[in-house]
Amino acid sequence: MGRKERKTSVIEKKKEVTVSLENLGLKIYEQMDKGYFPSIEMPSRSTENIYYDPNFRQFILGDRKVRRTARNIRHIKPFTQLVWAAFFSHELTTQRKTSTLRDVYYSAQAYEMTFKDQQESNNIITDLETILGFSREDFNIFPEERSAVFGDLTIEYTVPGYEGKTLNLTSHPDGVLIGPALTSSEFIETTADKVIAIEKGGLFTRFIEESVHKKFNAILVLTAGQAPRATRHFIRRLNKELNLPVYIFTDGDPWGMHIAMVIISGSANAAHLRELTTPDAKWSGVWATDIVNYKLPTDPLDEVDVKRLYELQRDPRYKDPLWQREIKTFLKIKRKAEQEAFSRYGLTYIVDEYLPAKLKETK
Amino acid sequence: MAQVTFEEISASDFFYRNRDIAGFTNPSRAIFAAIRELVENSLDAAEGLKIPPDIYVRLSQEGEASKETHVYRLRVEDNGIGVPPRHIPSAFGQVLFGSKYKLKQQRGTFGLGGKMAILYGQITTHQPATIISSTGGMSKIYIYKLMIDIQRNRPIILDRKVVINKEHWQGTVVEFCLEGDYLRAMPKILEYFKQTAMVNPYANLTFVDPKGRLYRFSRVTRDMPDPPKETLPHPYGVDVELLQRLIQVTPYNNMLDFLKNHFHRVGEITARKFLEFANISPSKKPNKLSHQEIVRLMQMLKKFKEFLPPDAGCLSPLGEELLKAGIVKELNPDFVVVHQRKPSTYAGHPFIIEVGIAYGGEVPRKGSFVIYRFANRIPLLYDEASDVSVKVINSMNWRRYKVTPDMPIAIVVHVCSTKVPYKTVGKEFIADRPEVRREIANGLREVARQIRRFLTKREHVDRERKRLGVFSKYLPKIAQFSTRLAGMDKSPDVEKLLRSVKKFGTEGT
Repeated sequence: MGRKERKTSVIEKKKEVTVSLENLGLKIYEQMDKGYFPSIEMPSRSTENIYYDPNFRQFILGDRKVRRTARNIRHIKPFTQLVWAAFFSHELTTQRKTSTLRDVYYSAQAYEMTFKDQQESNNIITDLETILGFSREDFNIFPEERSAVFGDLTIEYTVPGYEGKTLNLTSHPDGVLIGPALTSSEFIETTADKVIAIEKGGLFTRFIEESVHKKFNAILVLTAGQAPRATRHFIRRLNKELNLPVYIFTDGDPWGMHIAMVIISGSANAAHLRELTTPDAKWSGVWATDIVNYKLPTDPLDEVDVKRLYELQRDPRYKDPLWQREIKTFLKIKRKAEQEAFSRYGLTYIVDEYLPAKLKETK
Repeated sequence: MAQVTFEEISASDFFYRNRDIAGFTNPSRAIFAAIRELVENSLDAAEGLKIPPDIYVRLSQEGEASKETHVYRLRVEDNGIGVPPRHIPSAFGQVLFGSKYKLKQQRGTFGLGGKMAILYGQITTHQPATIISSTGGMSKIYIYKLMIDIQRNRPIILDRKVVINKEHWQGTVVEFCLEGDYLRAMPKILEYFKQTAMVNPYANLTFVDPKGRLYRFSRVTRDMPDPPKETLPHPYGVDVELLQRLIQVTPYNNMLDFLKNHFHRVGEITARKFLEFANISPSKKPNKLSHQEIVRLMQMLKKFKEFLPPDAGCLSPLGEELLKAGIVKELNPDFVVVHQRKPSTYAGHPFIIEVGIAYGGEVPRKGSFVIYRFANRIPLLYDEASDVSVKVINSMNWRRYKVTPDMPIAIVVHVCSTKVPYKTVGKEFIADRPEVRREIANGLREVARQIRRFLTKREHVDRERKRLGVFSKYLPKIAQFSTRLAGMDKSPDVEKLLRSVKKFGTEGT
């Protein structure tokens, strides 16, 4: 992989976000200036309006709209909160500051804007995402949970004080946090030819110790459970901007499966957003069939696991034969296995035997 | 063997030995009871002539009696009817002497309280009482210094003065010393004045306490209810004691005349019918009735169904206007509603219930209703839990009336009767008579319905005010944030929008 000249992508997007926030403000301003109660229309996020789109290979919102108007006594508070959130996001992006959902909740109080609870302020941020079609990370609002990345990728920071500085993501053996600074960085250079996403921290560390990044020429991403949006977006960028195939390794149970699926096809909660999915990513394991083939130590499926499997079986994202086969196998063997289960064959077995085999199989 | 001696004791002696039953239980209760009895006598004395009462009470400390108690001098002045000079010694120095044996609605029941106070003072301090009184007009002012001969129940006159009444003063002053504990009694005494002022809105009450603090409750009206008329006892309400007393004093020498002239709502025809029913000869001499015959007469009187119910003319309720004025004066509520029930009777005694509910203002919010109980215009301050009104209030489903205990709600219940069904001589609480209970319940339901109407309306107004508040809170913020977001200098005008909401908001009300 050669050096890439895509330096402008991050900055351009920032500009786009800022302008769309300003336009929203202008729209409301003009309505009020003409003597109308301002109102905003946005796609409905109710479950009846969420559809799976096979073309996008993710959930999308349908045509149903909701209208928020300051005329309505029940709307006016959330409407005000929304305008405030837009204003606050604009402050963040133009001043190049970052924030978290928790922080937003408290910041509101400085403006005498009260949110009943964290959930209420989170909903308002989601409304803003829906209206503008950007995710909250674009407004510099980042989640608390952090995942990590390790591998030969050189990035260039755009955050204040670090502009122009570069970093190679092998510099720190624990990996580098996928936080605001990293997500807003430009990709400069990589020698890797694939991305391996891993659910659990233990295995991520093992892979670094065993030099998986060198042996397999890979960038390693720790999702730390269900991947946060910033991480999903980051994986997508690795896939789209650097053309790297993505392989996902999770526990061999319905929950692990779904971690992979959300990276691939997104979640219903983010149906209003694009650019969070990596439709070409592959779930490489641990499959139910792996449990059988590799004779892994297992635990029995419990009631919730089985219930979840039946749900997934009907989920449109899972209609692909591979997924259906694995769901059926889980239900048949009634067992599940964790990634760590390979340790019964020695600490390096997973790297030496399983990983190459699965990468080949899911290529 | 122990020597058992029987001796006859006088009425004074009896009450001396049993002062608990008249409310003089302990030093703090005693001082409260003394003030209360004298104030009530004063109110009765003024109301009898329909004079708006002016009552001045001064309690001053004379010296220490024990660790907790002090000797106080109590002075109560009124502008009432006055006591004729020849009656002064007996009226204040002889227990069970007085004007209160006839049936009419009065505060005192036994003509006992005032003398009990003086008696108590004498027992505890051995000092004489001073009585000053004048019946007004051209009559003179008489000043007596008295003590009570407890064993013989006789007044002892220590000194007597007659003064020219230049100012045509009318009224009575009672001054004496007693031992008590004012500090302990203070909250009840102040509460007593406040509540007395509430049901006597036409009275001026002044109280100067031992620390020199002056409490003044001014009248808000000179209108007074009509004074109660005296009435004869109703046949359903008599007991053997009363029959015996009537027989002793009656000038009539046959049963027909006896019944016609001594009983309420008994005329010639009714008397004859009754005598036939009871199988008593109309010409029988009342003083020839044996004890057994008297008991039987009483039983037959109660059994006979054809006596007309007692007439409530002898009652003097406060009236809705005055009750309202009193509640407003003392509680200054946001809303008050009062209701007077029609007269009713229990056991031959007529009674009238008056109730009121006050909301907000100076009514305290204390997590339960504030209950004011009155009987014949005197406040009942002790044993609230045992009172019939409280039982009725507690058994009502207030939620039906949108009323909850956390609201600032005061409930007033006033029972007027020729014979208030007290449970004790101390006049603390009213017994649970089914007839009385029913009337109180009906009255409370009526005022509760009205308070519900008020609360509903208020809720509506509140909702509307809240609605407007929401708009005026958020619209300027929307303007502010959108202006800054759009990078504009001048905020859009939200006043017009606010006005349109207001117009819309008031349409419905």
